[in-house]
Amino acid sequence: MNRWRLWVPLLLFLGFVGLAGVMLAKPKSEFVESRMVGQELPYFALRPAAPDRPGLASADYKEGQPRLLNIFASWCLPCAAEAEQLRRLAEQGAVIDGIAIRDKPADVAAFLARYGNPYRAIGADDLSEVQLALGSSGVPETFVIDGRGRITYQHIGDIRAEHVPILLEKLEEAGA
Amino acid sequence: MIAELGLAALWLAAALAALQLVCGALAARTEGEGSEVALITRPAAVLQGALAAFSFAMLIWVFAITDLSVKLVATNSHAMKPMVFKIAGAWGNHEGSMLLWVTVMALAGGLIGFAERRLPERTMQATLAAQGFVALGFYAFLLLSSNPFERLPIPALEGMGLNPLLQDLGLAFNPHTLYFGYVGLWVAFSFAVGALITRQVTPDFARAMRPWVLGAWVFLTLGITAGSYWAYYELGWGGWWFWDPVENASLMPWLAATALLHSAGVLAARDALRAWTIMLGVVAFSMSMVGTFLVRSGILTSVHAFAVDPERGSFILILLAIYIGGALLLFALRAGTVAEGERFAPASREGALVFNNVMLSAILAIVLLGTLYPLLTEAFDVRVSVGPPYFNPVGAIFVVPMLLVMAVGPLLRWRHDSLSRIGREIALLAALVLASLMLISIVGEVALLPLLGLALAGVVAVGSVLPLRGRTLRRVPLVTWGMVIAHLGIAVALFGMASDSAFTRERLAALAPGQAAEVGPWRVVLNDVAPVAGANWTALQADLQASYQGGKSISLRPETRTFWAPSQATTESALATRWNGQLYAVIGEEADQGRWQIRLWWKPFVTMIWFGGMLIAFGGVLALIGRLSTDLKRRTVTRRAAARRAETRALLPEPAE
Repeated sequence: MNRWRLWVPLLLFLGFVGLAGVMLAKPKSEFVESRMVGQELPYFALRPAAPDRPGLASADYKEGQPRLLNIFASWCLPCAAEAEQLRRLAEQGAVIDGIAIRDKPADVAAFLARYGNPYRAIGADDLSEVQLALGSSGVPETFVIDGRGRITYQHIGDIRAEHVPILLEKLEEAGA
Repeated sequence: MIAELGLAALWLAAALAALQLVCGALAARTEGEGSEVALITRPAAVLQGALAAFSFAMLIWVFAITDLSVKLVATNSHAMKPMVFKIAGAWGNHEGSMLLWVTVMALAGGLIGFAERRLPERTMQATLAAQGFVALGFYAFLLLSSNPFERLPIPALEGMGLNPLLQDLGLAFNPHTLYFGYVGLWVAFSFAVGALITRQVTPDFARAMRPWVLGAWVFLTLGITAGSYWAYYELGWGGWWFWDPVENASLMPWLAATALLHSAGVLAARDALRAWTIMLGVVAFSMSMVGTFLVRSGILTSVHAFAVDPERGSFILILLAIYIGGALLLFALRAGTVAEGERFAPASREGALVFNNVMLSAILAIVLLGTLYPLLTEAFDVRVSVGPPYFNPVGAIFVVPMLLVMAVGPLLRWRHDSLSRIGREIALLAALVLASLMLISIVGEVALLPLLGLALAGVVAVGSVLPLRGRTLRRVPLVTWGMVIAHLGIAVALFGMASDSAFTRERLAALAPGQAAEVGPWRVVLNDVAPVAGANWTALQADLQASYQGGKSISLRPETRTFWAPSQATTESALATRWNGQLYAVIGEEADQGRWQIRLWWKPFVTMIWFGGMLIAFGGVLALIGRLSTDLKRRTVTRRAAARRAETRALLPEPAE
């Protein structure tokens, strides 16, 4: 008698319940991490996005000093929210470059006038090409780039007060 | 006050479900008829249905008057929304849709309690107890973790709107149809559990269950068809099926219900496939619950975004484990003791139906595996997505033989038949396959799957009407018409799918006003792009003039809409429908120098997909009407016979003591 076959559906089902239970209990990260972490910056050369700052090119990163690369946009609300933390990072000596995504010069200028301008240079990425090449899936995001142009860390989402020391630490590690 | 009335009714209904469970279980334990608690079970089911319906009516009421002190209204509605969307908003959210599903379930349970008299009363009591048990879990879910009538301490000043993607008439009614389907499967499930408990797996059980499965199947078919069309014109990607978890969640119960429908047919007509039918009854409902779980828990990501919540996910998972696990345990313990049914030869109607059942189950397993696979790999921290490259070819391995047998099966006789008897028909169908394969591959270069699809569509179409040959059409029973039309619908839908993937032409053009682009036989001119405004959105609308082979031009107005409450952007595609296909236009972003990205598709016979889906559902409706009218007729006849017997008995002199 093939009685044991009648138990197969139950066993399969219990397997499913177990799997689903484990997956439910597991905290789910909603962010897509870039595969570019640990890699060289992709090549780019962007025109200036604001009148009083230079544009940005990947070649700028061969100069030996670690920096932050902040991806933002004037139309992005969390970007306005993180402006305060960027200011504090700049005050503590971090060099910050910006890339403005799908933005107009006038809007960027208004945004910077209103929320402050912590950037050394700002490149304009009109078609999100550089953003995609960096493996960034949204704005704002902040990368740590070491002195040889390698991406060492990615911060997804807006920078909150508690993230400032982490970013400073990562920046120091990158310089070591 | 209104909200509190609704909530009170819901609690009362839950209490009645508990009563129904206890009385039904007690009555099912006692052997023989005439247990006193059994008298309570049926009225409890009826009253529970009425209370749930009342509660749902109260929810609609608070949405209609936009009572912003109710949390659900404040978070999902808006005073300025059109009335029809206010009302649709009542079930366009998690809590409301759960209440809707519970209401439909309670109404169905009430109907069974009121009207179903065919089965042995003990099996009926067990069935009603099973219904009470499942219903109780859903009431608990609703009342403890998603109370739709929760009040805010301070009423909100204005509501927060409705997901604009859902602000669409088609979608306002689409989840509805799926719920009706799920409820039908729930009924089938409770019948299966009831029959397992009392081991009375009889043709009568299949006959009692069949209308519910048929009804569920009709609604599922309609739901899938409408959902596919919604994705087609609302998402603006030109596709009609994405193998997305939400779509799979609706397809899996359909596959199981299709198999169940056919195996219940065998059980009703020939008293065979007993354990298999029970198993499918459990599986079909499991699939609807697994689907709901996958969609609502958010453990899989999907384009059809629902509000997800892991906590609710765990609640559904627990319910799932109790009900489905319990039913499968019961199956494992009991199915071996259900007496074996009638036997039949492989070449017979039953044989063909069993073959199709196995194929349908295999397809179901493939879809389930593909849907769960990302979950499985994610447990090991690998993210994958499974899409058409897996589903299409692997599914085809089983769909192709299934369709071939489907074309021949209805020609076979019950119990025992020989293929040589229908040799002429088989030869005709085989010739048709070969001829169409050759013809199509000569005419144009078509990929393998669409080619097979086109050829099979023809065969299935011919095969589906063959059972009508040599019969007086007016005397063909409605049920047979239903089968013929549903099978024909499969052929039509298959033709649409194959034609769409074989012959679609796509064109992405950047046009300045006045410029034209060509796609297939169409020439499309961009006249202008202008802003327009609606009740709660603004949009950029392109004015396109399209002409088919230089004929009269038709105006098309695709839009990109921006809703402001809450702010969200959507694509509104524009369609020009002809008998031989659809032109599909979408406006994209502004390119340089005042040009606009316009995306155009010419999709020959794509509408056949949904037309076929409706034919399938229509066939199901005909079969349902046929079954119900036969049942009613039989019931009247039995009642009259019983009355006559009683009369004759009254006329006869009392037998001497």
